[in-house]
Amino acid sequence: MAAVRTSSEVAFNRIAIAAVLIATLIFLAPIYWIASTAFKPKELAVSVPPTVLFEPEVTPFVRLFTKRVQMQKPVDPQVYDAAPWWEKRIYDGGERVLKVGKDVQLSQYPDRFMNSLIVAVISTVLAVGMGTFTAYGFSRFKIAGEADLLFFILSTRMLPPVVVAIPMFLMYRMVGLNDSHIGLIILYVAFNLSFSVWLMKGFMDEIPKEYEEAALVDGYTRMQAFFKIVLPEAATGIAATAVFCFITAWNEYAFALIMTNRRAQTAPPFIPSQIGSGLPDWTTIAAGTFLFLLPVAIFTFLLRNHLLRGVTFGAIRK
Amino acid sequence: MTQIELRGIEKFFGAVQVIHNLNLAIADNEFIVLLGQSGCGKTTTLRAVAGLETIDQGDILIDGKPVQHLKAADRDIAMVFQSFSLYPHMTVFENVAFPLRAMRMSSGEVDKSVREVARVLRITDLLDKRPSALSGGDMQRVAIGRALVRRPKAMLMDEPIGALDAKLREEMRAEIKRLHVKQGSTTIYVTHDQIEAMSLADRIVIMHEGFIQQVGTPDEVYSHPANLFVAQFVGSPVMNIAEVNVADQAGTASVTVGDAPAGFEFPRQLLSKLNGHAANGGLTLGIRPEGVLVRHDAAPGYMPVEASIIEPLGSFDIVDLRLGSTMLRARTKAGYVSGPGEKVHVRIDPEQAHFFDTASGKSLGVRL
Repeated sequence: MAAVRTSSEVAFNRIAIAAVLIATLIFLAPIYWIASTAFKPKELAVSVPPTVLFEPEVTPFVRLFTKRVQMQKPVDPQVYDAAPWWEKRIYDGGERVLKVGKDVQLSQYPDRFMNSLIVAVISTVLAVGMGTFTAYGFSRFKIAGEADLLFFILSTRMLPPVVVAIPMFLMYRMVGLNDSHIGLIILYVAFNLSFSVWLMKGFMDEIPKEYEEAALVDGYTRMQAFFKIVLPEAATGIAATAVFCFITAWNEYAFALIMTNRRAQTAPPFIPSQIGSGLPDWTTIAAGTFLFLLPVAIFTFLLRNHLLRGVTFGAIRK
Repeated sequence: MTQIELRGIEKFFGAVQVIHNLNLAIADNEFIVLLGQSGCGKTTTLRAVAGLETIDQGDILIDGKPVQHLKAADRDIAMVFQSFSLYPHMTVFENVAFPLRAMRMSSGEVDKSVREVARVLRITDLLDKRPSALSGGDMQRVAIGRALVRRPKAMLMDEPIGALDAKLREEMRAEIKRLHVKQGSTTIYVTHDQIEAMSLADRIVIMHEGFIQQVGTPDEVYSHPANLFVAQFVGSPVMNIAEVNVADQAGTASVTVGDAPAGFEFPRQLLSKLNGHAANGGLTLGIRPEGVLVRHDAAPGYMPVEASIIEPLGSFDIVDLRLGSTMLRARTKAGYVSGPGEKVHVRIDPEQAHFFDTASGKSLGVRL
């Protein structure tokens, strides 16, 4: 149904659309920059003015996943011809791929990426799971000192986390949790839990308690009612909370930098460490960053409908 | 066969007592309506029977067995909520089947039972839909279906049609009555709507501020209200209440309303029935608008008054008559009194008069 609009409304609408378009372009520009650099030939990455049209190549990704050394003399043409296409790209750059016997030696990137995935996924599942149960308790039962407890939970977010990084590091070293997955997971869960409890409590409060009461008289226990009725109803809230927790854990830099260095190091501190000295290889770094962006982008895209409800939640009455 | 008995129920919310020593015995197959204003404790009583609310004192017996310590799930009782509480993420079929799944019934039996209930409630076409796609009346049918499907010992209904619009409410009222007659199950129904209560109940329990005011059939509570609260709560339009003086006057009893210049003639036996109550004052007359008789011309026993406000209600009018400083509401034929200010003559039908003790509000049980 077309609404009748005044001329000032039409003008406002046009300005609003223009503003949204400009904002979108500004937000997308860095992502485009990273994505395009990830597929650029090495020498075009730093060209001035920037190259917009180029033949995309995946060599940066090959470099990202392999261990390489600079070659002192040109490669034997026979070896070059026998090499697979991706290895030829490396030879073209004056490098060779390190191998043990016939096996290609992988760079540290896949390990770091996996570390990120393990830490982010497990910490998100724990933070959202514990947050959901806690929020349900706060929402449905009378708890002595409820307001104080909720404030206490929130207060853990009032200090910039970096402030406690050094004492945390010392304590972690003492109990042997530094440079371990579990250590980072505990940190991220502790960090995300307050957020998760508060967000989930808002969603729980919105679920009418009559649903559970109906289930209770229908012959179910409270636990069954929680899993069969409350959880499905809270799916939107759980999805939104999970996205926010996942993004926080995935992107976290400061603690990861301090607490981990090898075994459990995640991608955020690893990627900049590859800039190294001398002339940085921007295309390889861009390739690493680009891959690092993907999980969050995919996760957010899959849950986009829930997210919209999540960020506007409380503003709209059903 | 299900009897429910409430013995000495007391319930506190913090320091506030919301139910005071409540005793009630409900017979098998009986349709009991708890009637009262919001906050009178009727819903709390219902929820206590359901097991959704604990009680602080007393016993709740179902078929003679105390159940106050049992969980809601173990009481074998079904409940219909005002908000219907249909699970939004399930289809109508799954909603109705939900209580059966708790009993771990085989899927064949579930299917059979759900379709049987759906047929009775005429919701078979809706089984694949989601609650959000249903109208208010259909949601209510589904909610009732979910309650009926496992043939519970008793049905509890908490203002089940309160959220519907007027026309639908009337339809569903008839439907609930039809179902009860057909299925027959002990039912406790909570409402604040006295018309709903009158039309549905075998017996009405009128509650006020946590106390039971009267328990009786619709006719009993309408014709013999136990106190002023019941008298004014039941019946629409509301009963007229006025302090009166009764005097012995030339062989008849003269009942003077407030500061009216003259009294209405009542049969002489009123004096003996009141048994001296009239003398010490504090007497309140209750008369329903249909007991206030109005005519245009003067007649013996009629008193001239002036009409004040007229509310046309279609099939009849409610006319406010000025009697001294008291307003008496009369029910007349539509258009009988033409407009405000018209002079008419009025009489009170002694047979429809109720007398109450002003201080306690209790009915004196005096009928002529």
